[in-house]
Amino acid sequence: MERLNVNPTRMMLTTLKKRLVTARRGHKLMKDKRDQLMKGFLELARENKRLREDVERELAKVYESFSVASAVMSREVMEEALMFPKQGVELSVGSKNVMSVDVPVFDYRTTAEDAADIYPYGFAGTSGELDAAIYGLAGALPLMLELAAKEKEAAMLAAELEKTRRRVNALEYVKIPQLEMTIRYIMMKLDENERGNQTRLMKVKDMILKEAIEEKREQDEKACV
Amino acid sequence: MYKIGVIGDRESILGFKAVGLTVFPCDNRDEAANALTEAAQNDYAIIYVTEQLYKDLTLEISQYADSRLPAIIPVPSKDGSLGIGMESVRKSVERAVGADILFGGE
Repeated sequence: MERLNVNPTRMMLTTLKKRLVTARRGHKLMKDKRDQLMKGFLELARENKRLREDVERELAKVYESFSVASAVMSREVMEEALMFPKQGVELSVGSKNVMSVDVPVFDYRTTAEDAADIYPYGFAGTSGELDAAIYGLAGALPLMLELAAKEKEAAMLAAELEKTRRRVNALEYVKIPQLEMTIRYIMMKLDENERGNQTRLMKVKDMILKEAIEEKREQDEKACV
Repeated sequence: MYKIGVIGDRESILGFKAVGLTVFPCDNRDEAANALTEAAQNDYAIIYVTEQLYKDLTLEISQYADSRLPAIIPVPSKDGSLGIGMESVRKSVERAVGADILFGGE
């Protein structure tokens, strides 16, 4: 691991120590966020899978009825029959905050005068299979909307989860060890300086003492003579 | 008020019109790309795209992948499912967790 390229000073040491504390705290928070997101996401993904299977099965049935209907009826008649829909769908979008991810919530309302009578055509010119197909489709619609909401939510959570996971790893395996290593380096450097200073002082003290002793001895000798 | 759009070949999506969704019949990739851009700019919150077209539109769709709206959802067409929808669920799991743990590595 490469240590940071900084000057080994006491001030830098204080700054780095502060940064290490922040990084540790951030790491803990991110980790908690990741765990929470993961818990929600796995549940969501399972549900998403189940819903998708349901939708695909329902739609397969619908398409089957449609293909029978289009075999019995001519294309023009069928298009004409479906040209002016009786039912409309109004969709409103709210939002939900899941671990600081802004997730859309779909709320829909169908606008048909009578929920049982959604067929936009008279029954005379069309085949029964078309009725079955439309009926099936109307039944599949709520599922499809739920699928859309769940799938969008899953995709957005997945993106957030990926980001958080990376941040946690970057802090855990790069940033924190790097800071620790740099702090250790500065501390060792400072200690070394301290020791160097100490020896120097001792040396200087020795020298001064020696000089003083010499001087004293010379004075003594003079006094003796 | 938001709307719901369906992009796909005419035969597959005709029925969706009857239940109140807006349909964009498209026969080829370019038409579908145009329809997608138009729908995304015009208050469509959910856009269903048939898998047959979805697989050709990945570039256009990826633009909207991380935005809140619209949600672009692959659905099977009359020719059956290509497994793209499931694949996208699997991919998002893989993206989030780092490994595919739900689908048993199919």
